[in-house]
Amino acid sequence: MSSQAWTAYATEGVRKLTEPRTIAKLGIAWGILAFWLALPPWTVRGIGAPLAAGVLAVACGAAVIPRGERKLGWWAIGLGIAGTLGAAWLQGKDASTLDSILTAGVLASTLRFATPLAFAAMGGIFSERSGVVNIGLEGMMLTGAFFGIWGSVWSGSWLVGLLMAMLFGGLLALIHAFFSIHLRADQIVSGFAVNFLALGLTGYLYSSIYPGGIHADVSRVPQVGLGFLDGIPGIGDFLDGVFGRLNLLVWVMFAVVILAYVVLFKTPIGLRIRSVGEHPRAADTVGISVYGVRYAAVVTSGVLAALGGAFLSIGFVGSFAENMTSGRGYIALAAVIFGKWRPGWAFAACLLFGFGFALAIPLQREADVSENLVSAFPYLLTLVALVGLIGRSIPPAAIGRPYVKQ
Amino acid sequence: MTAPIQPESSRDATSDVTAWFSTRIGGVLVPLAATVLAFLIGGLVVLITGHNPVTAYRAIFEGTGLNWFFPWVGGESREAAANDLQQTLILMTPLVLTGIAVAFAFRCGLFNIGGQGQYWVGFIAALYVGTHLDGFSRPVHLLVAILASIVAGSIWGGIAGILKATVGAHEVITTIMLNWIAIFGGMYLFEIGGPLQGPQPSIPRSAEIPDSVELWPIWGSLPSLHAGIFIALFALVVYYVLLNRTTLGYEVRAVGFNPEAARYGGISVAKNYFLALAISGAFAGLAGSVDVLGFKFAVSTGDFATNFIPFTGIAVALLGRNKPVGILFAALLFAALEVGTSTRQLDPEVFEPALAVDLATMIQALVIFFVGADLLILYLWRARRFVGLGRRVQPEPRP
Repeated sequence: MSSQAWTAYATEGVRKLTEPRTIAKLGIAWGILAFWLALPPWTVRGIGAPLAAGVLAVACGAAVIPRGERKLGWWAIGLGIAGTLGAAWLQGKDASTLDSILTAGVLASTLRFATPLAFAAMGGIFSERSGVVNIGLEGMMLTGAFFGIWGSVWSGSWLVGLLMAMLFGGLLALIHAFFSIHLRADQIVSGFAVNFLALGLTGYLYSSIYPGGIHADVSRVPQVGLGFLDGIPGIGDFLDGVFGRLNLLVWVMFAVVILAYVVLFKTPIGLRIRSVGEHPRAADTVGISVYGVRYAAVVTSGVLAALGGAFLSIGFVGSFAENMTSGRGYIALAAVIFGKWRPGWAFAACLLFGFGFALAIPLQREADVSENLVSAFPYLLTLVALVGLIGRSIPPAAIGRPYVKQ
Repeated sequence: MTAPIQPESSRDATSDVTAWFSTRIGGVLVPLAATVLAFLIGGLVVLITGHNPVTAYRAIFEGTGLNWFFPWVGGESREAAANDLQQTLILMTPLVLTGIAVAFAFRCGLFNIGGQGQYWVGFIAALYVGTHLDGFSRPVHLLVAILASIVAGSIWGGIAGILKATVGAHEVITTIMLNWIAIFGGMYLFEIGGPLQGPQPSIPRSAEIPDSVELWPIWGSLPSLHAGIFIALFALVVYYVLLNRTTLGYEVRAVGFNPEAARYGGISVAKNYFLALAISGAFAGLAGSVDVLGFKFAVSTGDFATNFIPFTGIAVALLGRNKPVGILFAALLFAALEVGTSTRQLDPEVFEPALAVDLATMIQALVIFFVGADLLILYLWRARRFVGLGRRVQPEPRP
């Protein structure tokens, strides 16, 4: 590259860095840091450092608001103030109590709780981006949970279990696809029926195949041990506590989230999916098979949701119970909307819900807060978020509408 | 070009066919066919898993108490049938009410999946009035309890309505969130050490409402059918009148048909979304109070997450086509199905109750599928000629 090109490249880079948007995002990061400083692993005692971070956040926000980046700027200011106040509130708390609530273990279990949600949410994004509402995620997860353990017990291999889960999750999704695409049934009603069907079918098969419960040794998806994390100086222990012994499916989930983003936004396939969800007539005109894309997207969503369910049965718990997903599919759906139909944001929402669930047990144990109240918190948070803290999320334009070929 | 307002499908030929088809026999054919089809497929599952569907269905039917209506059933089996029928009718009562709740929202174009939360807040409100207030006479106390449940349910539904009307938050998501908030909130209230826990400190259960606040028993004794069934029947009348004979109902239906046209006609869509969900919630809350005042009398924390009555209400509304009479019969069907498959009624020698309960859930799901997709029934109806079942369906006029 010539020196001129380098200069242009550098100027462009500096320009991007000084853009209001980047600064606002930086401010948001400072605001989060202000709060985080008072928490493990840092557990800074003394208000100085959080205050400094908070002030930086407010400064960043104040700097960009006049330059047009209003929403993000206000976010930075809000988070800066809230973060500092939160950190100040935490000063009064005993550091050891905090340590025992917010351990690396809680973050690890946050990931564990978020994994099934994230699988289902990614599936939901595919389906909804193609214009088909999928509230059947719950049922598809449950199907995956049951057939995962069925395949695993029957064959003795967790891999077969996962394949069975994906197969039957995909089949259930196919029913939903047939009803909502070809038969033009109300997609919400059809998805609801999918949930009911899965509830009845898995319960029926479970009671009829395993009348006294599952006693066989279930082949479970293995944990991935990352021993080397321990060796990293400083935060090694912490990293090891969070990432050291995660289930293989958690890592698969990370890959799926990245893959979902790449496929949807960086490939022609993604463009097709999104165009079918936004304006099916136009997509049809340029030769995209609307029905084909929608079928593929809905079946993909079933396969992914089933993986999330299989994580519950043969990854996490190693058994099955009737209705064991207990509403996780609906939460995943909320994460999709919360995340504005974008994989990264939806994943962040899943992490937030997962954190809420992971906190419930230690909060009750250490701080004597009712577990039930803490459990209600993620749902309350979703409601508040929907009220408009994060702005209106705009769904794909053709969502929920059956398409009729002309 | 403006964005299309209506689904493109609603103007095509098939929907005209569907309309012709569903009005042809008073709209009864599709629900009937859907039910038959659902039971057939359910029977198939029973058959595949190595049981006899005929004996299974007969055993379930005999547990429903519906054979009480057969004049030739006499003696002891008639008494047993009467007991079973009481249970079926007890269960039918909240199903009618939650069915109305879902149907009312449907008529405004909204899917109220939040019956569960609304049911529980109504339940808790009535329970609170029943256990914590006194000094009323029985009718007044009952009235206060029922009104409290209606108010609580309509607030819970109204929250979703406000969110829908102001920020456009989808009611399916908000009502699901409200369900879980009500469930966990309710569990918190009655958990060990919770603010409303009953007299036994080691049991996470509410206090029982006193006899003087129970709805009057009218038939039988274990437990007896209570006066709540009249509330449910009266609610059906209220539902019909409200929807078809008032300005409010007219506006709600107009918004349900076509929100854009309603707006053009000067109807506030936002206001009607709110009202529809609030009224819908009121009916669901009423279902909760009828249950607690009629035969449950108390609640344990374990009950909250395992209550499927409001979800069955969705099936009731769909199968009943949002019509009062349809809701009544659909509620009777699903209540009978639930009672017939319960552990108490079914002989495990004939068909295990554990399976039957799930069979009932499956049948409900299939009914929802088939009622929701009248095109399928239409296809099947047309396919008769291929199997030689009837004459060819006349070609329909195309627009």
